[in-house]
Amino acid sequence: MKPGKVVSSSALRSSLLRGVTRALPIVMGYVPIGFAYGVLATQAGLSVFNTVAMSVVVYAGSAQLIGAGLFATGTPALSIVATTFVVNLRHLLFSAALSPHLKGWRAGELAIFAYELTDETFAVHSVRFPTGLPSKAEIFALNATAQLSWLIGGWFGAVVGGLIADVRPLALDYTLPAMFIALLVIQIRARLEIVIAALTGLLAVLLTLLGVGRWSVILATVAGATLGVLLEQLTGGRLEEVA
Amino acid sequence: MIDQRAVFLTLVAMGVVTYLPRVLPLWLFASRSLPPVVVAWLRYVPVAVLAAMLLPSLVLPEGHLDFGWHNLYLWAAIPTFIVAWRTRSLFGAVVTGMALVAGARWLFGIP
Repeated sequence: MKPGKVVSSSALRSSLLRGVTRALPIVMGYVPIGFAYGVLATQAGLSVFNTVAMSVVVYAGSAQLIGAGLFATGTPALSIVATTFVVNLRHLLFSAALSPHLKGWRAGELAIFAYELTDETFAVHSVRFPTGLPSKAEIFALNATAQLSWLIGGWFGAVVGGLIADVRPLALDYTLPAMFIALLVIQIRARLEIVIAALTGLLAVLLTLLGVGRWSVILATVAGATLGVLLEQLTGGRLEEVA
Repeated sequence: MIDQRAVFLTLVAMGVVTYLPRVLPLWLFASRSLPPVVVAWLRYVPVAVLAAMLLPSLVLPEGHLDFGWHNLYLWAAIPTFIVAWRTRSLFGAVVTGMALVAGARWLFGIP
């Protein structure tokens, strides 16, 4: 083997390892939530095969939990599909927001990347991409590790569904909220972004209280980002950097 | 007893309506330059969407406003914010938040 080949294969290995490592905070959240999904889906009457299949075919945490609930109550298929569409429409914004960073990627690579785009992988990528795009190996390793942990958690929950383990004493249910807090804070680089985060969050709370339901995240985000651009134009920049 | 074949077909349709919004913007936008105002707008999306998903989960974890002392999701968020701000460490913040929630549940016997 030529020396150059050795270097590049070890570079590939370290890229893959970095991707897996950076996925670990997501894994800590996905295993217990996936487990809870697996328990709920089998209790809703789905076979183990279909429970795992949903994690492969749909792969969207909150929509899968909602979907399991709808199957349990015998909701018509069309209504389940429509609900899933609305719940998952926010991915449109994730996909659009990351697109400027992925110029030059082939359609097939984008197709694979898009398949594993979730709230959590988006949050991690949206913090990292603006500081310099990691290698494709690292990006795909991160995404694949996250999905694998979701699959394993769901499968395990489906198999041992009867013996519901309580995840609350270990606070595993707080992993994802804590991760969103950290990613939001790390994301913020300008004072105007603090204002936008606060206003968008309050608007989402208000919309939820008004019963807008699943649309509240999308509506609040569109309003918040629009306000951000307007204020940026008015003040002539993103205001001082804070970090 | 539900028909597992019908469930599977429903899953496939759920997968299609989930996948299209994930892939179409990437396919449409990654290959071209967008107007600066659109790029500026997209730069606010991550902050806005994270805040929109986070704040409701902290102040209305059960679907109604809850500022009670037993709402650990909310109170643990404050030190978690501070640790994230000071250290810029994802892992440090996550461990802080989980340790606080687990510790408070154990100490005060909150279910």
